[in-house]
Amino acid sequence: MQSDSLIFIFLNTVLANNFVLAMFLGLCPFLGVSGKLNTAVPMGIATMFVMLVSSVCAFAINKVLVALDIEFLRLIAYIAIIASAVQLVEMGLKKYSPTLFRSLGIFLPLITTNCAILGLALFQTFKEYNFSQSLVYAVGAGIGFILAITLMAGLREKLLLSTLPSVTQGAALSLMLGGLLSLTFMGFAGLGNL
Amino acid sequence: MSQRRSDPHITWDSFSEGLWRNNPVFVMLLGMCPVLAVTNSAMNALAMGLATTFVLVASGYLVSLLSRFIPRQVRIATYIVIIATFVTIIDYVIQAISLDLYNSLGAFIQLIVVNCMILGRAEAYASKNRPMKSVVNALGMGAGFTFALLCLGGVRELLGTGALFGFDLFGPQFQPWVVMVLPPGGFLVLGAWLLLFDWLKQRREQKQLAISGEQTNAV
Repeated sequence: MQSDSLIFIFLNTVLANNFVLAMFLGLCPFLGVSGKLNTAVPMGIATMFVMLVSSVCAFAINKVLVALDIEFLRLIAYIAIIASAVQLVEMGLKKYSPTLFRSLGIFLPLITTNCAILGLALFQTFKEYNFSQSLVYAVGAGIGFILAITLMAGLREKLLLSTLPSVTQGAALSLMLGGLLSLTFMGFAGLGNL
Repeated sequence: MSQRRSDPHITWDSFSEGLWRNNPVFVMLLGMCPVLAVTNSAMNALAMGLATTFVLVASGYLVSLLSRFIPRQVRIATYIVIIATFVTIIDYVIQAISLDLYNSLGAFIQLIVVNCMILGRAEAYASKNRPMKSVVNALGMGAGFTFALLCLGGVRELLGTGALFGFDLFGPQFQPWVVMVLPPGGFLVLGAWLLLFDWLKQRREQKQLAISGEQTNAV
């Protein structure tokens, strides 16, 4: 399979190079919001939407920056775009689903500082993807994020029912779980040589 | 404004806070993405720690200097732009000093922008304190961050390749534990460090409890 074909990019970002479990992007919500399934899934979907919007905008703004020869402003331009996209999602959610808006709380504006989103915009620029490739890359990254955070939330809900040594309560246990998940996802690395 | 500012004197505590008591990685769990992503060798960890410290100190100084001129409503956006400026500077500096290092750190230098620790310190400390005090505090936080990165990077490089800073330590018989330099190793090593600190803390608390119990018995 060609390494720039759309299917390859999609499978690669969802499974083999999962943003959270293989590239360590977006760990804050992954550890912070994964306590319960019914907040983890909406958080994943909101993040995926922001990823899509900012990927498209980043693609356009990069064209402008390259044309004007001011690429050193890329970082500042991207972060401004992402902040506006998050603001958009926040206003939309507030209008259409106030309950969800309240349950996500502080983690919604914090999507701005989710490195998965800036990482996505930067990586698609470094890899010089064209428009359709960037779009598939963003969808793949979003689905990969939803997959990771949902699996993590499921595991943590199960763990609530079991007895644990008192030392392992808290962040250490979540990190160990993340390590196991990451180990599992490494099995997909073989897909890269299809 | 003046009530918001805390004690203006620079104390040892304003430096040491970040080193241990409020260590950004081990205690506050902030800025996890670079912590796990670039710590597959001690050298990368050191470079990342120093770059982050530079951004932390420079943005802390500027934010603290400008805090009375920044309107409250747009403060977060302003902080982000200030941080992004310094990150762009350090990005080009590393590129100029060592291209090898730049390539091995990859996009993670630019991703310092979204390190929540830096924004967190700008909002929680620099905007409320005098410039010099913020600088001292940022230096402490940066040192604590670098220390934590070295703890992780050292262990992962040692177990994963049998070397430290590129020097072979165990000789040719050593079977490298490759998974440690791969992504799962990052999660597992940080988890193990946190377990260790939790265990030490619990042991100390139990000891204190035992001592106070003995005292009440004696009375």
